[in-house]
Amino acid sequence: MFILTIEPIISSVYQSKLDSPEAGALAIFEGRVRNCNDGKVVQSLEYEAYTELATIEGEKIVTRAMEAFEILNAICIHRMGHLNIRDTAVWVGITSRHRHAAFSACQFIIDEVKLHVPIWKKEYYGNGDTGWVNCNCTHAHSGNENQ
Amino acid sequence: MINVNVEYFALLKDQRGCSEESVKTEAKTAQDFYQELQLRHKFSLSHNSLRVAINHEYKDWNTALSPNDTVVFISPVAGG
Repeated sequence: MFILTIEPIISSVYQSKLDSPEAGALAIFEGRVRNCNDGKVVQSLEYEAYTELATIEGEKIVTRAMEAFEILNAICIHRMGHLNIRDTAVWVGITSRHRHAAFSACQFIIDEVKLHVPIWKKEYYGNGDTGWVNCNCTHAHSGNENQ
Repeated sequence: MINVNVEYFALLKDQRGCSEESVKTEAKTAQDFYQELQLRHKFSLSHNSLRVAINHEYKDWNTALSPNDTVVFISPVAGG
């Protein structure tokens, strides 16, 4: 299951969806908004997605994980919209009978999501500038572009 | 000349100043079409930095365009 949401991600809600008597392991990865990046003070973030393709690609990644690892279930949720420091931006939960498969599948999903799912992150910096991450382009607060 | 729908996200949306538009073009491939738009709107990223999706599916840059396709040029992603 792959979900894009504008609502805060509450881990316990999604953990309960993974509940299974067969599960000896539950591995969770939470990606959180941190207060610095590349030497700049970050005040908040904004996530934007190409929803149709992001959902298709996200589901493909979760399906591939289900096929490639001996896991019981997998959920990946990504926040959209404006997030503050410490907010959970992405949540991956995996259940499996044994721990190794859960750890491996969890890492596989977050790595693949970061590479292939069309989601973009705009950082809002302490000096008022903003920048799209990985696009090598910062917009000055005044509106002037500063490559 | 065919009509193509373009949706913009993130950096390209900022640089274009809108999130979607309908464009008449003689471009034969997705790459030709991006280069036409890049010249017109002064997009900062070359096609080598982007991927292209047509009708909600990743495609090669040499994919031919068809009338009423929905095209999205995908700048480097940054989920997570």
